[in-house]
Amino acid sequence: MVTFSACALPSRSFGPGFVALAAVLAITVPLSGTAAVDGPAPLPVEEIATGATPLPVEEIAPGVMLHVGRQEVWSAANGGDVANLAFVVGSECVAVIDSGGSPALGARMLAAVRARTPLPVCYVIHTHVHPDHVLGAAAFAALEPRPRFVAHARFAASLAARAGHYLAAAERELGHAQEAADIVFPDIEVADTLELDLGGRALTLRAWPTAHTDNDLTVHERATGVLFLGDLLFAGHLPVLDGRLLGWLAVMDELAELEIALAVPGHGPPSRAWPAALQLQRDYLDGLRDQVRAALRAGRTLAETVNALGETGTDTWLLADEFHRRNLTAAYAELEWED
Amino acid sequence: MNAPSLLLASILALGLVAEASAQKSDPDRPEANATWQQVRTSLFQAQEIRTPADAVITLDAPERAQDAAIVPVSIRTGLEQTPERHIEKVYLVIDNNPSPVGAVFTFTPASGRADIELRVRIETYTHVRAIARTSDGELHMATRFVKASGGCSAPPGKDMSAALANLGKMRLRVEGDVAPGRPALAQLMVSHPNHSGLAMDQLTRHYTPAYFVRRVEISFAGEPVMSADIDFTISENPNFRFWFVPRGDGELKAEVVDTRDLRFATAVAVNPLR
Repeated sequence: MVTFSACALPSRSFGPGFVALAAVLAITVPLSGTAAVDGPAPLPVEEIATGATPLPVEEIAPGVMLHVGRQEVWSAANGGDVANLAFVVGSECVAVIDSGGSPALGARMLAAVRARTPLPVCYVIHTHVHPDHVLGAAAFAALEPRPRFVAHARFAASLAARAGHYLAAAERELGHAQEAADIVFPDIEVADTLELDLGGRALTLRAWPTAHTDNDLTVHERATGVLFLGDLLFAGHLPVLDGRLLGWLAVMDELAELEIALAVPGHGPPSRAWPAALQLQRDYLDGLRDQVRAALRAGRTLAETVNALGETGTDTWLLADEFHRRNLTAAYAELEWED
Repeated sequence: MNAPSLLLASILALGLVAEASAQKSDPDRPEANATWQQVRTSLFQAQEIRTPADAVITLDAPERAQDAAIVPVSIRTGLEQTPERHIEKVYLVIDNNPSPVGAVFTFTPASGRADIELRVRIETYTHVRAIARTSDGELHMATRFVKASGGCSAPPGKDMSAALANLGKMRLRVEGDVAPGRPALAQLMVSHPNHSGLAMDQLTRHYTPAYFVRRVEISFAGEPVMSADIDFTISENPNFRFWFVPRGDGELKAEVVDTRDLRFATAVAVNPLR
């Protein structure tokens, strides 16, 4: 029997660095069910890193800071600055929500934290595995003391399978040289819900069934009612399906029931209109489902379906040329298994 | 291990797997790729390959891989599958994938047509090739250049736990009306993660080995119609559209074997209209 090397992981990106990654994984603490992590003990303020220019952030609620990424695809011109990034300041420490699309962007996010507060970063929470949200992690992993990285229980497996591809894409699209150290696996995994105490304010993390991806995690800041949805919600930017279409629609039904003061999507501006902020996305995903089901009933192949529907149903969205055909492909591959 | 598998094994043993993703491709110089040159030598030695060869074989794939995990590829052939002269093999080669020889299909006169549609993973910018070997030994090649998609489109599957949960579920169906002696179109769907390895086991924290469907065999009324030696180049939930010639009533049967030697089979009765 032939032993195959990784499809997704070019061997050259996993030299000695891979051993280091494995070591990180070995000390990971899996948590299941609802659990509480004790508030951190008072920590020394870490050294202020680099002279990076702070990313512009807006205070969307007291102590809750948001950087709205550009509505563009990943490119060298935007340095991977295409996703929303945030941080929440407690009385003892700071939680960062998504680290950005490149290590350089992560360093700028860290600079934005430093411009606001000298408190240590105790948690870096990744809302899902996509590279525009996680490739800034290295900037935070270098801090002393090192923050704990938090993600969905299925995040690590997905990242392990995709890391090599993401690094290669970063090199191709951003011109950023590949380094295994750019990939940071979680220390704390969320299988259901988890509370994180930042001192005087708590974050409630919730892991969702497969929707946008198979590892979507939301972050609820209860004191101000801000919900960070990651890419469970897109605004402006066409929703991108990399998980399960019917699962995503079901998750949106549950999200609509939540009491939220301010909804922060993974891409696009935040909204106070809840659950109305879900509607455009619901219309698009409903349309995707219905059109693909109709194509399947008509006996169209995958290629025929993508070609026939490639221009439809995307009028109100940005970046449809980049993502709509891909969504049709993913929806077809899912729905063709329906009875 | 049968002959095509040995071929695949010998190619992989050359170390192409490790080198492949480092290759760069010039869209206008399909012959220049070093991986292709190695594959070509291994599979075909110095034999002439006619290309383009539209009368014998064409290849359709999107110019840009919209979803790198699911890229539809359609191979169409122009020869009638007669006992005297037919296409025996179709090789699918994706130069810059980790495993460049993704599939080797075997056809017979009972195939009717040596056409095949499938979905593949595409790792990066690459030439995709379909090479037909005719029963009289000629080689004909169709080539397309496919661009990989942007950053977050990735070859691994979308929901690895769900893929394992449905392991081995199969669907086999015949499309349209079936007439005796006329080629009929059929589709095989297999629920299988078909992954390349290096997905991490959540309990053991170890990386799992590659796990994929390695062999597909289709027969009609006991006679081979199409078989394929494949690997994780094929997308999650392998899906094939192929042809067969029903000469009378019979059973269309599909059997697949994966790399853990699990066997899955399904069959459908075919009764051509008279």
